[in-house]
Amino acid sequence: MRIFDPHIHMTSRTTDDYEAMYAAGVRAVVEPSFWLGQPRTSVDSFTDYFDALLGWEPYRAAQFGIQHRCTIALNPKEANDPRCAAVLDVLPRYLAKDRVVAVGEIGYDSMTPEEDEALARQLALAVEFELPVLVHTPHRDKAVGTRRTLDVVRESGIPPERVLVDHLNELTVGLVADSGCWMGFSVYPDTKMSEDRMVRILQEHGTGRKLVNSAADWGRSDPLKTRKTADAMLAGGFDDDAVDEVMWRNPVAFYGQSGRLDLEEVKPDDTALFAGNSIRRGGE
Amino acid sequence: MDPHIRAALDRQLTGDARRWLVDAVVRVSQDLTAVRTVFPAVGRRCGRGPLAAGWTVADAARVRLLAALPLRGAELAEEITALHRYGEPAEQRAVLRSLALLEDADPSFAGLGLPLVREALRGNDTDLIAAALGPYAARHLDQDGYRQAVLKCVFCEIPLDRVAGLDERADRELARMLADFAHERVAAGRDIPADVWPIVRAHAGVLEASGLPAEADSPVPDRRAAAVRALTAYSATAPAGAS
Ligand SMILES: [Zn+2]
Repeated sequence: MRIFDPHIHMTSRTTDDYEAMYAAGVRAVVEPSFWLGQPRTSVDSFTDYFDALLGWEPYRAAQFGIQHRCTIALNPKEANDPRCAAVLDVLPRYLAKDRVVAVGEIGYDSMTPEEDEALARQLALAVEFELPVLVHTPHRDKAVGTRRTLDVVRESGIPPERVLVDHLNELTVGLVADSGCWMGFSVYPDTKMSEDRMVRILQEHGTGRKLVNSAADWGRSDPLKTRKTADAMLAGGFDDDAVDEVMWRNPVAFYGQSGRLDLEEVKPDDTALFAGNSIRRGGE
Repeated sequence: MDPHIRAALDRQLTGDARRWLVDAVVRVSQDLTAVRTVFPAVGRRCGRGPLAAGWTVADAARVRLLAALPLRGAELAEEITALHRYGEPAEQRAVLRSLALLEDADPSFAGLGLPLVREALRGNDTDLIAAALGPYAARHLDQDGYRQAVLKCVFCEIPLDRVAGLDERADRELARMLADFAHERVAAGRDIPADVWPIVRAHAGVLEASGLPAEADSPVPDRRAAAVRALTAYSATAPAGAS
């Protein structure tokens, strides 16, 4: 089985996690830029973090046989801090990088005017740089937040097939399905979404345009939730091809729209043991 | 840029890549901020394959973009310093490779790129260290800085033929440092990169003063064997400048 985790914060994981992920079939990940648990107080903390997502983290991942790409953005929480919002001015430099396959995570946290401004500006950047976008939906007041997010996306003029709306649940999946955007689900140990609920959603709404991720961030989370969901899909009657569609082909198709994904080939039945890797730091 | 590299770039770029670069040169020469997003995109637009003399297609294309910047002196230094700051290693390498050319075209640029050279020399990326030690570093590093840079190359196993200016700048003090390094290696029973010998050999008495020859009588077999190998290599080497 080959797995592409389309949303996972590896910065907050250990090398044991990388090892276990590889053993579970994870061969590629996208790490969206987000907050760091502890609030940032300057633009420089962002740029050092972006540099790590483009340099150190792919190097770490490659040592465990996993291909790492990232998305770059000012996250919704910190869009509200005037000390951080100026990072919007340096984003263009980063959005031009080879390993950046989308603008994200953008979206709403508390639906403030500052969040409106950051979301609109970053959607415009996605159009300018011809990149897909990863949109986070708020944890509180989710249905209203999702509806408002979809309105802003529509107004921005970005084609819906270039938008992935994430952290969906039973009550928001239908809205996004109708919009033409891709649908993302973060499967967590005890909140947001479980494996079994995920399987029911896939049975009800189909596998098209659906992506499953483990998010695996600073909260209680599990980087193997993608594999556990794949196993639950098989137990729930889906075949290998449906699992491969959700766990590999859908994320490849979505992020592939950047024109920069450029992954090394992984076979659908890959069960290889990782035997070291000579990928050096920096690439190119 | 070396005319061979320029010609190789023109030969290798075809179709879309060539059109993209021609257009990019126009854009960066007219719009002061364009280079900030054009420069990172060069690898995927023009290709990353090898060109000549250790340069890649992307290196040469990036240097061409920097040469087109409508800036001089301190403003030019500020722009390329920011490209380096926000750059991935491949971008940083191209900035380092551009320095001599930028100074040739604009004498007021002078030593303003030297902090970038020093940063690369402090780091551990051998590719960047080698790129930093082009003709610009040979012109601007002071004698101490230059010697330390050469010694760092030897430690990092960067071939010395990639260091510009060695024929003019290698002095007796550098030869002494390399001979001491060689002695240290021999005392550890290890081998020495062959490219240090021409410099050591060019300065009579330096090897003897290092204490390395006495290692041939060491009671430790590994040290004795390493000394014999080193002395054989030394004797078989023509001194630098004697070719
Ligand atoms: Zn996230």
